[in-house]
Amino acid sequence: MQIATPGPLRVVSGHLVVFRRLWRLNLLSSFVQPMLYLLGLGVGVGALVDRNAGSTATLGGVSYVAFVAPGLMATTAMAVCAAESMWPVMGGLKWRRDYHGIAATPLDASDIVFGHMIWMAMRAGITGAAVATALAFVDDTRSWGLLPAVIVAMAVGIAFAMPIMAYSVGAEMDGGFPAIQRFVIIPLFLFGGAFYPLSQLPEVVQWFARAFPLWHGVVVARGFTTGDTDWAGVAGHLAYVLLWAAVGTVISIRRLAKRLYP
Amino acid sequence: MPEPLIVARGLKKRFDDFEAVKGIDVEVQPGEVFGFLGPNGAGKSSTMRMIACVSPASEGTLRLFGMDPAVDGAKIRARIGVVPQLDTLDTELSVQENLWIYGRYFDLSRAECRRRATELLEFAQLTDRADSVVEHLSGGMKRRLSIARSLINEPELLLLDEPTTGLDPQARHVLWERLYRLKQQGVTQVLTTHYMDEAEQLCDRLVVMDQGLIVAEGSPRELIDQYSTREVLELRFGAGTNDQFGPQVVGIGDRFEVLPDRVLVYADDGEAALAEAHHRGLRPESALVRRSSLEDVFLLLTGRSLAD
Ligand SMILES: Nc1ncnc2c1ncn2[C@@H]1O[C@H](COP(=O)(O)OP(=O)(O)O)[C@@H](O)[C@H]1O
Ligand SMILES: [Mg+2]
Repeated sequence: MQIATPGPLRVVSGHLVVFRRLWRLNLLSSFVQPMLYLLGLGVGVGALVDRNAGSTATLGGVSYVAFVAPGLMATTAMAVCAAESMWPVMGGLKWRRDYHGIAATPLDASDIVFGHMIWMAMRAGITGAAVATALAFVDDTRSWGLLPAVIVAMAVGIAFAMPIMAYSVGAEMDGGFPAIQRFVIIPLFLFGGAFYPLSQLPEVVQWFARAFPLWHGVVVARGFTTGDTDWAGVAGHLAYVLLWAAVGTVISIRRLAKRLYP
Repeated sequence: MPEPLIVARGLKKRFDDFEAVKGIDVEVQPGEVFGFLGPNGAGKSSTMRMIACVSPASEGTLRLFGMDPAVDGAKIRARIGVVPQLDTLDTELSVQENLWIYGRYFDLSRAECRRRATELLEFAQLTDRADSVVEHLSGGMKRRLSIARSLINEPELLLLDEPTTGLDPQARHVLWERLYRLKQQGVTQVLTTHYMDEAEQLCDRLVVMDQGLIVAEGSPRELIDQYSTREVLELRFGAGTNDQFGPQVVGIGDRFEVLPDRVLVYADDGEAALAEAHHRGLRPESALVRRSSLEDVFLLLTGRSLAD
């Protein structure tokens, strides 16, 4: 007997059909943007930083480009997955209403939510892999550590996607999205440890950064790419990252089921 | 008699403390086209959503194919097709992409999705629009696509919530013809409408619903025979004066009804009634004799007209 395709994968194949139309645009923004940062900051600022005596020690004994690169993979994953879990998810319920279409098939809220999670992991993986490919051309950043760093970027991606999805499927209006962007995503991008060590920041800001999953992912990814891996630390950080994804998933399923099957 | 496809007993739907469906009994037989006729707010969509297993019943029992939606919702949904009141098409995708995606949700192989999509596009007369983005389709085309999509899993039961609302007459006739074909193929259909002509055209049997309750049940013909006279005389007097003329038609037919824009006289022989009205010296601006319709049944049962 033929084995049925799991529901979440059927939802993913739907996402793939949509993505086929949009991938060029998507790849452009999620690949070109980090590359610009890498060139602008990594090479430009890097030249200044690396010349400064003592800075290499602060960065953990690596050049500035090597320091920034894994951080960029994680922040890109965060940015892509956060945005994809705001308007597109609310649209599935309110504007396109395709979630309601799915709800009328044998699939249900949990299939939509797990499908979204897998899809977000794939999106983070695709952009992460694109950035990693570019990094493999630069002497300072070429390493096997780029591969596990892509996986870390996927974890960071769903750690932002799922809690934001939980918000999006519960909210009546899209007014909260710009606030999330302004007060969480952009500050984390700047202060989340991607461009300089957290220790450079005031204590309060450090705690803000530590509370969210990004910094934990950056630390782990950087450990992999610079070949300085502390496995106990990796396990702890990743567990925290995945906890965010898990809590977001559980709340998303509960809230979405209520909206789809009133 | 075969097992009914749908059985509802004392079915209720509550939203917080508002009761949208107040306890209805319904049975639908295989192969039948069954209608819910009623004005906006009657509870038709709430009922349809319970039957489609996307809204749990608040009270009462509901069985489809002998199964309970609360237990086997996914299994039931695999065997039915749903055309909701509001389209849930992905408007950014093409016509055939919408069909493919939906087929994947039912776990059809890619090849099977393509095969059925080609067939259904033919059925819905959308073959030449296969690659058009849905956003650019007319209302009638979108509705036909919704119906085509609902057939992708070859359902035994098709649920259509106001399939033709908002369409122009020509588009409605195209849709009716397609639904008639499905009936000939043996697909059981349950539909809602607030157009009496649609109910008369399509339904073998229907219930009239008002304020969450079923107020009458039967075939269109039975309902008209039971609740109305054979013919109706419509008299239009000047705007705002119709209610003054009401009392003057007493006794002409079996009954009369005063509407804001006209007076209806129910009589088996409409021409005779008109002659009598003239004889009484009534001079309406216009007069018309027609056959009784479900509209008249509705008016009698609820005291309100169906249109609003
Ligand atoms: N999700 C809901 N929450 C609260 N009230 C609802 C909901 N859905 C429908 N209603 C109310 O239930 C009543 C019946 O609505 P509906 O079933 O859509 O009627 P119809 O389809 O016959 O127009 C209406 O008064 C409507 O406002
Ligand atoms: Mg309705």
